[in-house]
Amino acid sequence: MTKTADNVNPNVYEKGSEREKLATDYDDEVEDLFDEREIFDLIRNINDPEHPLTLEELRVVEESNIKVDNKANIVYVTFTPTIPHCSMATLIGLSIRVRLLRALPSRFKVTVEVSEGTHVSEQAVNKQLADKERIAAALENKNLVQIINQCIATV
Amino acid sequence: MSKLELVQTLTGHKGIVWNVSWHPQGKIFASCGEDKTIKLWSKEGQQWTIKTVLVDGHQRTIREVAWSPCGNYLASASFDATTAIWDKKSGQFECNAALEGHENEVKSVAWSPSGQLLATCGRDKSVWVWEVAGDDEYECESVLNAHHQDVKKVAWHPSLDILASASYDNSVKLYKEDPSDNDWSCIATLQSHESTVWSLTFDKTGERLATCSDDKTVKIWREYKPDNQEGVIVTDRESVWKCVCTLSGFHTRCIYDITWCHHTGLLATACGDDIIRIFKESETSDPNAPTFDLICTKLNAHTQDVNCVTWNPTGNKEMLSCSDDGEIKLWSYTE
Repeated sequence: MTKTADNVNPNVYEKGSEREKLATDYDDEVEDLFDEREIFDLIRNINDPEHPLTLEELRVVEESNIKVDNKANIVYVTFTPTIPHCSMATLIGLSIRVRLLRALPSRFKVTVEVSEGTHVSEQAVNKQLADKERIAAALENKNLVQIINQCIATV
Repeated sequence: MSKLELVQTLTGHKGIVWNVSWHPQGKIFASCGEDKTIKLWSKEGQQWTIKTVLVDGHQRTIREVAWSPCGNYLASASFDATTAIWDKKSGQFECNAALEGHENEVKSVAWSPSGQLLATCGRDKSVWVWEVAGDDEYECESVLNAHHQDVKKVAWHPSLDILASASYDNSVKLYKEDPSDNDWSCIATLQSHESTVWSLTFDKTGERLATCSDDKTVKIWREYKPDNQEGVIVTDRESVWKCVCTLSGFHTRCIYDITWCHHTGLLATACGDDIIRIFKESETSDPNAPTFDLICTKLNAHTQDVNCVTWNPTGNKEMLSCSDDGEIKLWSYTE
């Protein structure tokens, strides 16, 4: 791509630490439910489509913007584009969706939305990301899937 | 006590099953999905089994299948931008015509009650009306660009050549042919939903329409003809459609499909919360402000989103549903 990035000089933040392993993690008797931290770990290392940085480093995703309801099988994630007219917002949201779609059990209903008030086309982006038929059609596009795979490929 | 009892769970598709369609005689049905195949099912003894698998008709997801009213033809709409017409004139089902013209994904296909017209719609925002011109020949009669977003569903009036479409632009539109110049045009726009309208269904008279949406509501629309007794103002001599009832608070997620039984009058919905719900019009319902009661809630009807529900056209209270979970289920409804 010869196109210059929308946001040439984004703010870069420090990476968080790895999750501490607890004794209960190794105890088979303890039921392991999905929590916000676990969802965050699944998406924080997704690469930004334009910069060699992760969504965590750009603060596009944060643990506090994730809600999990294990009983109702609901995962709700909001993400914050680095600038309000980021043309990559849909692609970033799609990458988060695909990552969670592949990693989580199929019982979960995943909703991915732009954090309120952080994007000029917030409603249009959210509507597109919520339309599973359009997502299904997009995921049949080989070029797009390749780009998404590059974003979600983790080291 | 109303209940929906599971008769049989049918597996065979890989991935999402998007649609199921009863043959007009109710003894065969077709299903389609992400795996690019169409499967034809019929009953052997007490069990429904796959009789035929149609492959190689499409390169991408098959979104919807529809039988012609005579039951001899099956149309399939695909994300590959084409609609295929299948028949078994040679003894077995073959694809003998492909309708091309849409720019990208075709989302829905429907036959008119006479079987002489076919409608398709898609992500290119257009609705196409095709005429059956002869053996395996289909001519485009009209391209309707009334919607300004992705068109999700087309459905014909049960007895007249009136077409309805539902769209991502939150509206529903009705079309008919103008006899003076044989051109099709939009005769009504139904606006009230606050998000994508996924599906619609006429009642048996064709004078009412039920729509379902991503806004988690179902709406009932009524036709008011010119010179109606209610005094609804009608201009241009075309009927006016008014939303006379909104069913809200019943669904917790997007409603993907709705079906109105022409024998029992029961309305059923397919929802993203995995539930099938059945509504019945109350006996004291006022035609200008009808009321519908939720009479059956089938929790966990599927393990993922329910994409489609359809009543057996014979009126035997059988219902088919299909889901993202890859399964098709046959249900029996008892009052």
